[in-house]
Amino acid sequence: MMLRRVRAVAQKEIIQILRDPRSLMVVLLMPLMQMALLGYGVNLDIKHVPACVFDREGSQQSQSLLKAFQASQYFSVVESERTYADVTRAIDAGRCKIAIVVPHDFSETLANANAASVQAILDATDDNTANIALGYAQAVIGAASGNIQLERAQAMGQPPPVVPAVAEYRVWYNEDLVSRNYIMPGVVALVMALVGAQLTSLTISREWERGTMEVLVSTPVTSLELMAGKILPYFVIGLIDAAFCLMIAVFWFQAPFRGSISTLFFTTSLFLVVVLGLGYFISASIKSQVGASQIALVATLLPTTLLSGFAFPIEQMPAPIQWLTYLVPARYYFSILKSIFLKGSGIADLAAPIAALALYAAVVGLLAARAFKKTLG
Amino acid sequence: MTDAPSRPAVEVRGLTKRFGARTAVDSLGFACAAGEVFGFVGPDGAGKTTIMRLLAAVMPPDAGSIVIEGVDAVREPERVRSHVSYMPQRFGLYEDLTVDENIAFFAELFGIRRNDRDARAARLLAASGMTPFRKRRAGQLSGGMKQKLGLTCSLIHTPKVLLLDEPTAGVDPVSRRDFWRILYGLRGEGVAIVVATSYLDEAERCGRLGLMREGRMLYCDTPSALKALMPGEILAIAAPAPRAARDVVASLEGVGGAILMGDSVHVVVDGAARRLGAIEAALAAANVPFDEIERIAPSIEDLFVSLLTEKAE
Ligand SMILES: Nc1ncnc2c1ncn2[C@@H]1O[C@H](COP(=O)(O)OP(=O)(O)O)[C@@H](O)[C@H]1O
Ligand SMILES: [Mg+2]
Repeated sequence: MMLRRVRAVAQKEIIQILRDPRSLMVVLLMPLMQMALLGYGVNLDIKHVPACVFDREGSQQSQSLLKAFQASQYFSVVESERTYADVTRAIDAGRCKIAIVVPHDFSETLANANAASVQAILDATDDNTANIALGYAQAVIGAASGNIQLERAQAMGQPPPVVPAVAEYRVWYNEDLVSRNYIMPGVVALVMALVGAQLTSLTISREWERGTMEVLVSTPVTSLELMAGKILPYFVIGLIDAAFCLMIAVFWFQAPFRGSISTLFFTTSLFLVVVLGLGYFISASIKSQVGASQIALVATLLPTTLLSGFAFPIEQMPAPIQWLTYLVPARYYFSILKSIFLKGSGIADLAAPIAALALYAAVVGLLAARAFKKTLG
Repeated sequence: MTDAPSRPAVEVRGLTKRFGARTAVDSLGFACAAGEVFGFVGPDGAGKTTIMRLLAAVMPPDAGSIVIEGVDAVREPERVRSHVSYMPQRFGLYEDLTVDENIAFFAELFGIRRNDRDARAARLLAASGMTPFRKRRAGQLSGGMKQKLGLTCSLIHTPKVLLLDEPTAGVDPVSRRDFWRILYGLRGEGVAIVVATSYLDEAERCGRLGLMREGRMLYCDTPSALKALMPGEILAIAAPAPRAARDVVASLEGVGGAILMGDSVHVVVDGAARRLGAIEAALAAANVPFDEIERIAPSIEDLFVSLLTEKAE
């Protein structure tokens, strides 16, 4: 590999990028637009879900549970019901989306079984909202009943009991329950996967379509030099895009960021190498620009949305699908980003997904270099 | 390397390339020495571009050997790259880069030292009258200038073998003359030039010619030897309506072929004196006016028509 030729290719590519202001705008604005679109569109935060309550016990404990509901910003308790029929009417009429029914033996079961069941009745016409509302309800109930138990235990001089696990998985590392905290790293991973593969997807096919490849392959440039020289400028653009996306996530969407910039930079660079390599591989394998760009879109959009753990939790997938997720690079980047954002993880904590991404980068790089053949037709 | 002077710069044997059922190049054999201009002529689809691509080692052949400067170009394509320069039929440079940037890019790929590059670029650009356009984007050059820029980029690394695929197609006559002047200069420096062309006047400038049809090289010799091969003689009919004249004479006995050449029709006949009367009579009978009919020395066009129609029969 001759660095001089890599530099020549990179310089040529940079000149071409800068001389095409429209494409430059696209590569810089596209991620911003996607962030805004996905940030708001996928924003699963819902606030002040109209709720009605039906307290069948009427005890001090049940009242404090319902107060917790009233106090939480996720629900507005719009009415109190006296019968199940009232509950049904309220939901059917659309006056509330969720009804919380406290059973008549609430405090008793909470005391004995360490966990009480509270009935939540949902209007599931809007499935997504219903699911999220249910998650919030679980969290609120979990926290409230934990408090109730804690108070009682303290009053009775007992050691604090185990907090019921009902809502635990949802609130872990996301204790203020803002779904956006958990969603934003996913949105960034998705946008970077899309943008990264798009950036390089045109670079080889463009040379074929414009007829410049025929001369290029007759020169001593090797496929590795060509790849390095072509990916390098897009790597810089990719980092700029990533910085934009991450800043939007933190400053605009207010996702909490607890990690270090250097960890973020290192892991993002690694992920960029993977997706840029993927785009280059597609570009080298397909000679038309339109085809390459569309395949790059499908190859990143579908696996990333479906299999990265972003939209559907990986643990809940059937085993064969779970295995499939190991092939999706965004899976690793998503989990890395989540950990950096919400847990403040460092490079050492992330050794496993980083190693996976590094392996992925090596394999994609090798495939991409081999996909490009210095022959026509 | 004592045998270097006697060894041809390009040596091809049994070269064959197929695309599916079509054989684009069929067992081609030829050699081109240093300081020689070898031309391939033939109609569209004859296989000229494919030959150039095979020689440039940008396409693997199905059979045969190509030896360039003593290196097997089929087995070790990367080793011949620094000796060879290839200008494809379609403009292959970057339209969004300037003239200078294009030159610099190719100089870097070939590892040319900066000083050498600057000196050589200045000389080549001056020779083709391109010096004032060094900062212009390649996409904004005229067709002729583009081709001259292509040639300049091809020559920046002083190749020993130059492959040109229809280099002057769509180029104005002045640029075309510049172009050939540069080529003659290179020939003087000992560069082996292989050029494909469908311009027959251009073919006449070549040292040797290969006449191609449907992938096969039918004849290979100097232009004058090929003309001597020509069976029969040529009669030029000057006529106000040459098309009508051609249609009348084409089917006459003893006429091998008839082509339009400007205002006249060139007719290949087995004997000029023997057929002159019959041709005049036929034109008169068909009421096609004509000014004069004279016997002329054959051009490459005539040769081409005659040789290719003969082989087809
Ligand atoms: N890449 C290709 N794939 C399929 N057929 C081809 C290809 N290149 C050339 N051919 C065919 O090979 C024949 C020779 O073409 P070409 O070498 O371009 O001729 P020329 O340059 O003399 O016009 C033509 O019939 C053409 O259709
Ligand atoms: Mg051609």
